[in-house]
Amino acid sequence: MSAAYKFTVKQTALCADRFAALGDSTRLSLVTQLADGQSRSISTLTEGANLTRQGVTKHLRVLEEASIVKKAKVGRESLYEIDVEAFEDLNSYLNYLSSRWDQTLSRLKDFVEE
Amino acid sequence: MSHQIKKTIELKASIEKVWEALTDYKKFGEWFQVELESPFVVGEATQGVSTHPECQMKWYAIVKEIKPMTLFSYVWPQDESRDESSFTRVEFRLEESETGTSLTMTESGFDRIPEDIRKECLRRNEGGWVEQMKNIENYVSGL
Repeated sequence: MSAAYKFTVKQTALCADRFAALGDSTRLSLVTQLADGQSRSISTLTEGANLTRQGVTKHLRVLEEASIVKKAKVGRESLYEIDVEAFEDLNSYLNYLSSRWDQTLSRLKDFVEE
Repeated sequence: MSHQIKKTIELKASIEKVWEALTDYKKFGEWFQVELESPFVVGEATQGVSTHPECQMKWYAIVKEIKPMTLFSYVWPQDESRDESSFTRVEFRLEESETGTSLTMTESGFDRIPEDIRKECLRRNEGGWVEQMKNIENYVSGL
């Protein structure tokens, strides 16, 4: 990790999940396509990736779960865009921390029950 | 509005085993995924580094209570601040149950996080996305 790059509060909390989600060249290329802030359909994103529509959909789901992209339904089409608002207020921050605790406590469960 | 996170889980393990997993700093580190430098001592700080392979973030907490088999609590920051007045409190309460141990984790005190810190987080998050993508791309391609 670049020493010059200092994570902020929430980025710190987020970075483990996000790096895991982004540690894949296909997903990274999808995110790069969306980095200009415009929303795009699965078809458009598929054109720019060397993958089937199904494959792209699967990767988008991973990115969605990590709150990197968000989905909006327009008619029958799903549009994806970078999720910049996910952590805009304290509630969503708490929701995020809450899901982190679920993961952490589930690791504790595995640890003591093994 | 509730400014706390509360979770209860049932663990199929003895209360002694759960207590050890929580308060032995090495065992805690295994499931919490953090390498801690020193044991938990009431009133003292324990720090370490996340063991996540892709994210070596800092971990810092001040232990508040260690009541064997009952309660383990600490306070920790939401950012790199060491100003304890804005720390949140994490509490693990244990109770014996029919199947093993019932554990309740509560994290509270989020209302004390200063508004300007929250806003700062938001501001940096909003403005930094494209730049952050670049950083991530550099990072990943350098693997």
